[in-house]
Amino acid sequence: MTRRYARPETLRDAPTHYCAGCGHGIIHRMVAEVVDELQIQGQTIAVAPVGCAVIAYDYWRLDCSEAAHGRALAVATGLKRTHPGKIVFTYQGDGDLAAIGTAETIHAANRGENLTVIFVNNAVYGMTGGQMAPTTLLSQKTATTPRGRQAALEGYPLKISEMLALLPGVYSVERTSVHSPKEAQNARRAIRDAFMNQMENRGFSIVEVLSMCPTYWSKSPSEAARWIQEEMTGYFPLGKLK
Amino acid sequence: MKKTVLFSGNEAMGEAAIRAGLKFYAGYPITPQNELTAYMASELPARGGIFIQSESELAAINMVFGASAGGTRAMTSSSSPGISLKQEGISYISGAQLPAVVINVMRAGPGLGNIWPAQSDYFQATKGGGHGDYRLIVLAPASVQESYDLTRLAFELADRHRMCVMVLSDGILGQMMEGLTLDDAQGPLPLVEKPWALTGCQGREPNVVCSLYMKRMDVEKHNLFLQKKYLRVQAREPRFAEFLMEDARLAVVAYGSMARIAESVVRKLRAKGKKIGLFRPVTLWPFPSRHLAQRAARVKKFLVAEMSYGQMVEDVRLSVAGAAQVGFYGRSGGGIPTESQLEGAILKLWEKGRR
Repeated sequence: MTRRYARPETLRDAPTHYCAGCGHGIIHRMVAEVVDELQIQGQTIAVAPVGCAVIAYDYWRLDCSEAAHGRALAVATGLKRTHPGKIVFTYQGDGDLAAIGTAETIHAANRGENLTVIFVNNAVYGMTGGQMAPTTLLSQKTATTPRGRQAALEGYPLKISEMLALLPGVYSVERTSVHSPKEAQNARRAIRDAFMNQMENRGFSIVEVLSMCPTYWSKSPSEAARWIQEEMTGYFPLGKLK
Repeated sequence: MKKTVLFSGNEAMGEAAIRAGLKFYAGYPITPQNELTAYMASELPARGGIFIQSESELAAINMVFGASAGGTRAMTSSSSPGISLKQEGISYISGAQLPAVVINVMRAGPGLGNIWPAQSDYFQATKGGGHGDYRLIVLAPASVQESYDLTRLAFELADRHRMCVMVLSDGILGQMMEGLTLDDAQGPLPLVEKPWALTGCQGREPNVVCSLYMKRMDVEKHNLFLQKKYLRVQAREPRFAEFLMEDARLAVVAYGSMARIAESVVRKLRAKGKKIGLFRPVTLWPFPSRHLAQRAARVKKFLVAEMSYGQMVEDVRLSVAGAAQVGFYGRSGGGIPTESQLEGAILKLWEKGRR
């Protein structure tokens, strides 16, 4: 077997707009690697979110649709139902998938749409300037929780993956992270599984990926990775939920 | 072979869509258009299409976005409050230049209003209910037959211009039953090439469907491109119908159900020797402004009748640009004007300034 360390064919040779230490670049690359590996580049349609990854189509060499904020899974439903032979996936952040798009997420999952969902959870709204996300941890400071998130005022971080795992229409739910090379390798494996599930018509698969946002966590990239390990995984435990 | 069947307006629009080549429909229950959604549920899957009852109006319009982005003929339908919810998606569809058809079987507002017929969504339909400088082609049927014919036309125009086309019906037209002539010789609309569609990038450069242009000047360029397209549509697509207009001294301007009421009144007044005609816009956008302006050279009085408190009347005033008197009569909120009420309003304008 030959090991290649070249740029995946599905990843464009373009500098990204992501901040230093951001997890999106890693996750974009892993998606591209998996698409190459499964040889589905020409059959895959991506749906980009509104959020930091809004121009993911500038980085992937894939057919790609924009979706209004939160509506990625409705757009993906329209695409997949009319192109059942293609591979359709959404790439969404926590605000997109678990706040403004909660209804679309839950109902696409509940219908058992044969889709792959890459859910990037960095516990904050990045693109708009670091506001509280549905997954912001208790006492975490953000632009809109300047004193730290308080359960009494802002509620608890939303465990949407656990919620989705309850639904009979959902085939697979897994929470992973990219804060260390080991975890990143596992995330890549989970992403591959989620694409394979769709290719085998098994139904709705979601991979949650805990990801660093050093900029809006006010941390260095290495501190941010450590914060996932020490704080985030406590509330959002890694592993296969379904 | 032609056959005439008894159909409701709602079902006629559904049948028209399927016969035109619709392959994807998503909708959410709302009165008074439920028969259309139920018709699609029973007919579309059996005739090679996909039906989804969505979790919301937002989801329905965004499913249509997705299906259309994939190159498939797609439609959703609703009634006024639901159409308000769809505005976000309609704006995105317009920005991304996706062909799509949206049916609005209007009911009374604002808010939840009630389930009775109204025409108070004219502004929303013709002036852009969502954000941004975009236009919808808006078609206004006035019978069950026309509900069918214009729904078919809607798909043709959507493909021709890569635009969202709205069929603006109302609770009367949707619910009432009339004879509908179906021609079995009429096949689906020809498929147009959609080289921009998302089908997987096998053998070509990837396609992107979006309305986002991160560079400021690029958005302006995109807008100028859209405006040029809208000018072409304005030049090419206005449609209207006339009734007894040849020698009319006063013209009633009305569309949809209101035009049906107006037609009866015009006929009655003609029998009394009054030279009154009916001008019925069929496209509400593009509004048949030039044609109405030409009539204003001869017809010196226009009475605009609507089931609203005065929306289309603004376009009539803009069209005649002071060349004629423009009066208004309207009821809304579920009140349907009676023939005698409309007759009274017409006669008042007719008599104004005489002697």
